[in-house]
Amino acid sequence: MNPALQGLITIILGVGGCVGYFYFSNIVLDRFIFPATGPQAGRNINRANQVRPWLFLAPAMLALGIYLAYPVVATLWLSVTDRDLGGAFVGLANYRQMVSEPKFWEALQNNILWLIFVPAMATVMGLIIAQLTDRIWWGSIAKSLIFMPMAISFVGASVIWKLIYDTRPLGSEQIGVLNALYLYFGGDAPQTWLTIPFWNSFFLMIVLIWIQTGFAMVILSAALRGIPEETIEAAVIDGANPLQIFFKIKVPQIMGTIVVVWTTITIVVLKVFDIVYAMTNGQWETQVLANYMYGKLFVGIGDWGVGSASAIVILLLVSPILVWNVYSASKETK
Amino acid sequence: MALFASRKSGLTWAVHLTVVLLVALWVFPTFGLLVSSFRTSDQISSSGWWKALSTQETQNSPVRIAGEEDEVDGKFVIRGELFPTSDTELSNWGTSSLKPNAYEPGEVADLGDGNTLTVDNRGAFVLSGPASFAEQRSPRVFTTAATPPEFTLQNYETVLFSSRGGEGVGQAFINTLTVSIPATVIPILIAAFAAYALAWMRFPGRALLIAAVVGLLVVPLQLALIPLLTLHNQVGIGKSYLGIWLAHTGFGLPLAIYLLRNYMVGLPRDIIENARVDGATDFQIFTRIVLPLSFPALASFAIFQFLWTWNDLLVALVFLGASDDKLVLTGRLVNLMGSRGGDWEILATSAFVSIAVPLMVFFAMQRYLVRGLLAGSVK
Repeated sequence: MNPALQGLITIILGVGGCVGYFYFSNIVLDRFIFPATGPQAGRNINRANQVRPWLFLAPAMLALGIYLAYPVVATLWLSVTDRDLGGAFVGLANYRQMVSEPKFWEALQNNILWLIFVPAMATVMGLIIAQLTDRIWWGSIAKSLIFMPMAISFVGASVIWKLIYDTRPLGSEQIGVLNALYLYFGGDAPQTWLTIPFWNSFFLMIVLIWIQTGFAMVILSAALRGIPEETIEAAVIDGANPLQIFFKIKVPQIMGTIVVVWTTITIVVLKVFDIVYAMTNGQWETQVLANYMYGKLFVGIGDWGVGSASAIVILLLVSPILVWNVYSASKETK
Repeated sequence: MALFASRKSGLTWAVHLTVVLLVALWVFPTFGLLVSSFRTSDQISSSGWWKALSTQETQNSPVRIAGEEDEVDGKFVIRGELFPTSDTELSNWGTSSLKPNAYEPGEVADLGDGNTLTVDNRGAFVLSGPASFAEQRSPRVFTTAATPPEFTLQNYETVLFSSRGGEGVGQAFINTLTVSIPATVIPILIAAFAAYALAWMRFPGRALLIAAVVGLLVVPLQLALIPLLTLHNQVGIGKSYLGIWLAHTGFGLPLAIYLLRNYMVGLPRDIIENARVDGATDFQIFTRIVLPLSFPALASFAIFQFLWTWNDLLVALVFLGASDDKLVLTGRLVNLMGSRGGDWEILATSAFVSIAVPLMVFFAMQRYLVRGLLAGSVK
């Protein structure tokens, strides 16, 4: 069957199924299980209302359970078993093997570089742009254009930036902007930017910063606008200059939002896979954890044990943010 | 006071200039790709895209003058065409490899021994001298061709419709659409019901569930790959569209529930309480009141989910597979980067085909996207 047709049928079945499920399960509950008639009508209504939330929640809980909660447990289990031994328990052997691989340490080291550099740059750039664009009449157009890379896939962005980093042999015309500029300003020979160890990671990070700055800008811009006018007016009357107002009045007031932006980008960085996979595939010392894990799981026969172990490492790195988010969300719902 | 005013306007100018610079910096990469996708492969490999609007000069290989000799007024003359078969516009020419651009078209060059040569801008030449050229070595002519700026739609035709040249980008486009639309629509309804329950129904364990959703929001989906693929294989779904729809639904749900719940909690309590008092059931309240009022949040999530599923590479590689007939655009692009990394006309055009749809969605529905971002993170 044509996949497009299959897709259409799935939409109809999926949406129709959902509507049907919610509609009929409610009817069954109200008419047959706990009918609101007869001697126990009042008690039945109460009982039905106790059950109903779970009817509403059931499909979502099922999907979340199967697709997100179960895999965490299953991956944890896979990381302490060996596929070649028929899934026998091997304790920490996979972790031991992982930490003995230099590629793992390279990936971890690069990931830490990414974690420091990308959220910091994206947040700071986003904050500066948000502040500048709020002051000019065509600010919303400017914002929209800087926000645009958000819509571009990591792979598309990789192609875009690969053109910028392109290298042609010495003597022929350079078609990559970076090399053209490098030669124009007196560089002696064109560089293959993505193969220079250590610095090439930064060339990859720029791609993600380019994408994420727009996100930071949008959120921080809204936060800046939410600052009460009086505080700024008071500062102006006291003779503060624009820089002082920005750093001493505005930034402290939006510190909470800056932290949220920072952590959100941190999570994106920890999961970053596509950019490295598409541009260098971890060669020339650009490996990161997510790509290391993908390589372990799906290249060749697949080492599920070590791959799962590295997935757990990513989870561990995310977990402080996870705990913090859960903590602040539950504080807010109380 | 005047000094203050001028300093202030100077500052405003600095702000304008900085923003112009930043915007240029951010748009420049994408723009380069767009321009490249309209150039021929020769143009792309011979000059940077930023020169696309200027006339291109390329060095032709030298041509040795040859032809029938005529004797006119005691002079020996050879007339002919340097490029009899092609249509070339010359910007400069010369007779020595050291100075290939010595003369303008139409200029007369003195070759010594009384010999002269002239070449016009179409490549027609006249060589004349006092002695017959039969015994002499006739001169070589170096020419520089000027190609006016030229843009073509050929790349798009190749990529989208030709079966070989584009290596299946057209098919990949359809595959991506097939993946992303159901994967966007299905989670919305499931999430909306759950969000309503979490926002407006009272039951034990509600706070715990909300916390769980927030926690799942950041669980890296890398963890899910192997266990779910194994599960799909056991159930018999395997690597198929059904599998990827389900996977995207599962992965998209935490954000959907979180966004929608945050929005629904903010709806006016009075409306919902009044409806309850009037005897409306939760199901009625949800479908008649909450769902229509939540339209902005639904739109926000739909855009997120669409962009995410359209742009995704990892989930598609794992749950749909990398076989040729099922490859999505992102996967196709990665393959092209490997196999045809030097063919920038194909690569740039394919990349732009994959970027075009999300960009259109982005510019058309930016308002909802921004609103969704704000609801999803500033809390």
